[in-house]
Amino acid sequence: MTDAPKKPIIQIQNVTKRFGKVAAVDNVSLDILAGEFFVLLGPSGCGKTTLLRMIAGFELPTEGTILIDGQDMAGIPPNKRPVNMVFQSYAVFPHMSVADNVAYGLKIAGVRGGEVKDRVAEALELVKLGGFEDRMPDQMSGGQRQRVALARSLIMRPKVLLLDEPLSALDAKLRAQMQFELADLQDQVGITFVTVTHDQDEALSMASRIAVINKGDVSQLATPSDLYEYPANRFVADFVGSVNIFEGKLTLDEPDKAAVDCAGLGKVYLNHGVTGPHGADVWVALRPEKIYLHVPGEGKAVRAAAQDAPEGYNFARGKIKGMSYLGDITLFEIELESGARIRVSRPNLSRHDQEDFTWDDKVSMHWRADSPVVLLS
Amino acid sequence: MAEQDWKTNKRVFAAVSLPTLLWTILFFAIPMAIVWVYSFGQNAGLNEIDISGTLDNYKRATEWLYLGIFGKSFAVAALVTLICLIVGFPVAMAITFASEKWRPWLLLGIMLPFWTNLLVRTYALMIILGQQGYANKGLEALWGGASWIKTLIGLQPLPTWEPAQLLFNNFAVVFGLVYVHLPFMVLPLYAALDRLDRSLVEASLDLGAGHFRTIMRIVVPLAAPGIVAGVMITLIPALGAYLTPDLMGGTDSQMIANVIERQFKKANDWPFGAALSFILIYAMFILIALQSMRRKVPELH
Repeated sequence: MTDAPKKPIIQIQNVTKRFGKVAAVDNVSLDILAGEFFVLLGPSGCGKTTLLRMIAGFELPTEGTILIDGQDMAGIPPNKRPVNMVFQSYAVFPHMSVADNVAYGLKIAGVRGGEVKDRVAEALELVKLGGFEDRMPDQMSGGQRQRVALARSLIMRPKVLLLDEPLSALDAKLRAQMQFELADLQDQVGITFVTVTHDQDEALSMASRIAVINKGDVSQLATPSDLYEYPANRFVADFVGSVNIFEGKLTLDEPDKAAVDCAGLGKVYLNHGVTGPHGADVWVALRPEKIYLHVPGEGKAVRAAAQDAPEGYNFARGKIKGMSYLGDITLFEIELESGARIRVSRPNLSRHDQEDFTWDDKVSMHWRADSPVVLLS
Repeated sequence: MAEQDWKTNKRVFAAVSLPTLLWTILFFAIPMAIVWVYSFGQNAGLNEIDISGTLDNYKRATEWLYLGIFGKSFAVAALVTLICLIVGFPVAMAITFASEKWRPWLLLGIMLPFWTNLLVRTYALMIILGQQGYANKGLEALWGGASWIKTLIGLQPLPTWEPAQLLFNNFAVVFGLVYVHLPFMVLPLYAALDRLDRSLVEASLDLGAGHFRTIMRIVVPLAAPGIVAGVMITLIPALGAYLTPDLMGGTDSQMIANVIERQFKKANDWPFGAALSFILIYAMFILIALQSMRRKVPELH
């Protein structure tokens, strides 16, 4: 990060929201920086949408403070806040043309005449809907309606644009395309985007930073790659991406190396310290794509080339119990000698790679010493 | 496809629809047809009606006296509908946006009058509005209070309270009809508002509109089908209202249904009553036709 330190545009300070006795958001504090693409990621019912709606002003915090651009938002209704929201259902007014939808906020703000027309055209151009001014919403696809909702919010030039599950209603192809477009759009307009999603792919591909929310609390706040490679706890490791988690005991912990003895996986060696008490119960997380799979015979040679752990560490044997061919990769489910199961993914680098292994094949596995992540909680 | 079988199986279809069809023909279509035929006849003695195919009854119905009563009935029904709409819309909004816990009770409050006999409700209202009724007593108390305050600040007290005439006039008829028809307005409005996507309201607020502007520009236009339904369902029975003007109205507040009743009973002029009835029915047909035409328009664009 070479950028100058950015100032926070949204400051959420010790915010709690209770519905009855249930705390949907539980003492959350986080800063969202100006110009970033911030994603609130979490399973449904984790409180992420409640948090977004509190920023927009549709819900009021039970406790705590929300500041937008340094201004306390307590007592400020949604229509007076410098933020705009794109709703999950898009909420495009069905009785108004596209142009009237997009111009709605401007007209209320007292903008008149030619300027409205120019800015509507500009906003529609921005979301690639130029020339759709006279269409009615029921003549448009879901993706187009979403663009109308985007244009309608962006035309207000808000300090922050809030997006509630913006891609959830789109089909897979369109979703992948919109992920890129949203990121581009954000880059283009320079407005801070705050998005809520339960889809980790969406979060990883678009966000500059992600806050993983679990049960009303921030589990981890990090960049997408840090979140994936250095998850802070089992929830994050499991929720973001696919992962194998094994329970074990910490047997060695020095500044430049550590070892964990896992009943399920065997002995795991790491080339960095983990600062946990010796003998502590820990968990080892190992991503399926970071495990090398080979037939037992050639295993030794491959291992010798890539091995960076002492003999007997970071190595396991097993039997293939399940395979699913996904085109770009093949996913294996392997029963280890301990009886535990592990998932391994293997890229199909050549057209015939998927034929290398089949059900009930005996295989061995190894992984690099910087691949496992030791989790203390 | 099982659920479509009854459509293709004609015998089942006939068996299911026959009782209703017979009932409708026997007790609705045939009596109406008889009344319709009567409207082209004339009295030929005390109990005899001569169906001569004359149009005299319709001619007589277009006399200024009757046109005036028709016009007045329309005016009263329209006024009642308008008041119901103005009063009912906020009520329907309140029910829609009430919490889950309160909504069934509020709806029950709206429905409760339906379970009480109209006559009982009308007499109850008359007791309240009468010379010695609670309305007058309440007004008297207010009047007395105002008078007392005036003396307190050293002014002349108000003259003695004269009970207000709240019954047996046009005010009473409109008041009574609004009272009776308000649920008819509130329920379709509630149904329409309940279907409204809340996020549309939130989007409007989010884009800077206040609550009033959001209601006028988003809620009302989108609730239009419910408003039209509510207007029709209030206007039509109000137009044919008979009991309320009869019991609560004065000599000058009779509506067309009261005139029709008089033809069939006191005046013993069934043919003329039949003609008046059918003019009222035709008017309602026109209203319903207008409504269904209006409903088709938005689908055309």
